Amino acid sequence: MTQYASITLQNTDDARPIIEAILADNTDVQVLNMPGAVKLDRDHRIVVNRASVEERIGRSWDPQELHLVLISMAGNVDEDDDYFALEWKK
Amino acid sequence: MTIDIKTMNVEPRRHTFGHVARRLGSDKPASRYEEATLDVQPTDNFHYKPLWEPEYWTYDTRKTALKMEDWYKLRDPRQYYYATYNIARANMNQSVERNFAFVDKRDMLDQMDAEWRAVVADYLLPMRHVAWGANMNMTSICDRGYGTAITAPSIFAAGDHLGMAQILSRIGLMLDDSTGDSLEAAKTAWMGAPHWQGIRKAVEDSLVVTDWMEMYTAQTLAFDGILHRLVFDRFDAAGQKHGAAGLSMLTEFMIEWRAEHEKWVDSVLKVAAAESPENAAMLSGWAKTWIDRVAEAARPLAARVLGDVQGKGGASDAAITEIKADIAARCAKIGLAV
Repeated sequence: MTQYASITLQNTDDARPIIEAILADNTDVQVLNMPGAVKLDRDHRIVVNRASVEERIGRSWDPQELHLVLISMAGNVDEDDDYFALEWKK
Repeated sequence: MTIDIKTMNVEPRRHTFGHVARRLGSDKPASRYEEATLDVQPTDNFHYKPLWEPEYWTYDTRKTALKMEDWYKLRDPRQYYYATYNIARANMNQSVERNFAFVDKRDMLDQMDAEWRAVVADYLLPMRHVAWGANMNMTSICDRGYGTAITAPSIFAAGDHLGMAQILSRIGLMLDDSTGDSLEAAKTAWMGAPHWQGIRKAVEDSLVVTDWMEMYTAQTLAFDGILHRLVFDRFDAAGQKHGAAGLSMLTEFMIEWRAEHEKWVDSVLKVAAAESPENAAMLSGWAKTWIDRVAEAARPLAARVLGDVQGKGGASDAAITEIKADIAARCAKIGLAV
């Protein structure tokens, strides 16, 4: 059985560029739009890259800022200065 | 008994304004910056031509020789609209207030040598008048410019210059124990001291430039680029030997502001120059003229503050040459030849 790495973000102005960045950087993401929230699922691994978010918001962005719009997540967290990844480690 | 909580999702009929959706290519949620910027300025159906310039309409692309197919290409990478701009500046101003309180409490300006205090009053305080000129120019660009993408950040930049003039005034009041004498003396120096007259002439000449894109190039590349580097980097560094560390804290806003301001300036000029070879040539010409002019005008001031004789290859000549090289490197990166 495949395991989904998943992240759920608020559907707000602050989160939208992050969602766009995730969709641009990860292939075959399943998007589930819920009232006020967006759930993004992908097989095994899903990643948010600092550079892609910065490109969209035009200022420097710390991956820790993700927590301000984060609702829920599934997967083992791998956090770095340049990315925030969720992955099911084997 | 189990309770089944159902959620109902109401899909909004539209996610953004029609004019924004047409630009984005589809109806998807737009950022506030996009909604507050794209196609906000009226383009048609003006009722009266302005009496003072009847050859133009109120908003008219012919007020600059530069040609853009789409003026909304000149976007602000910082994505400032009213709220984000004010939040960003309010945060910066908080640290200004903290720094002023810190310096005041420890009487840090008194650590400065008496001679350097006089030098500071002579080079820093008249910069208020340079900032006022910059405020006028950026306001004028907002007035004559075309498209909200460029006019909105221009009026923000005008506000920035006004704020910086206020910071300088407060430094003056700290130096003269709130009598205001130092500010009076700075005005007199601005109006009469020989080492300021070149800069004053350049500022005053820039006020009456009618092509707003030339004015933009002159103000942002030449005046902000050269004078800010000279005064807030070079002179400030020279002051460290004289105990001016407290002063550096008070002018930190200008350093922070410049880093951010230049991101916007470089992006606007880069896009404008990339539009056509004619644009690039025109911008390069303006940039070269004004950079040379302001650099020459700044030489007497640099020589006086850095304490050597102008034109003898001393510290002040080196400073001006290095600053010009800095700006030339920036220009090369954004596609201007100076």
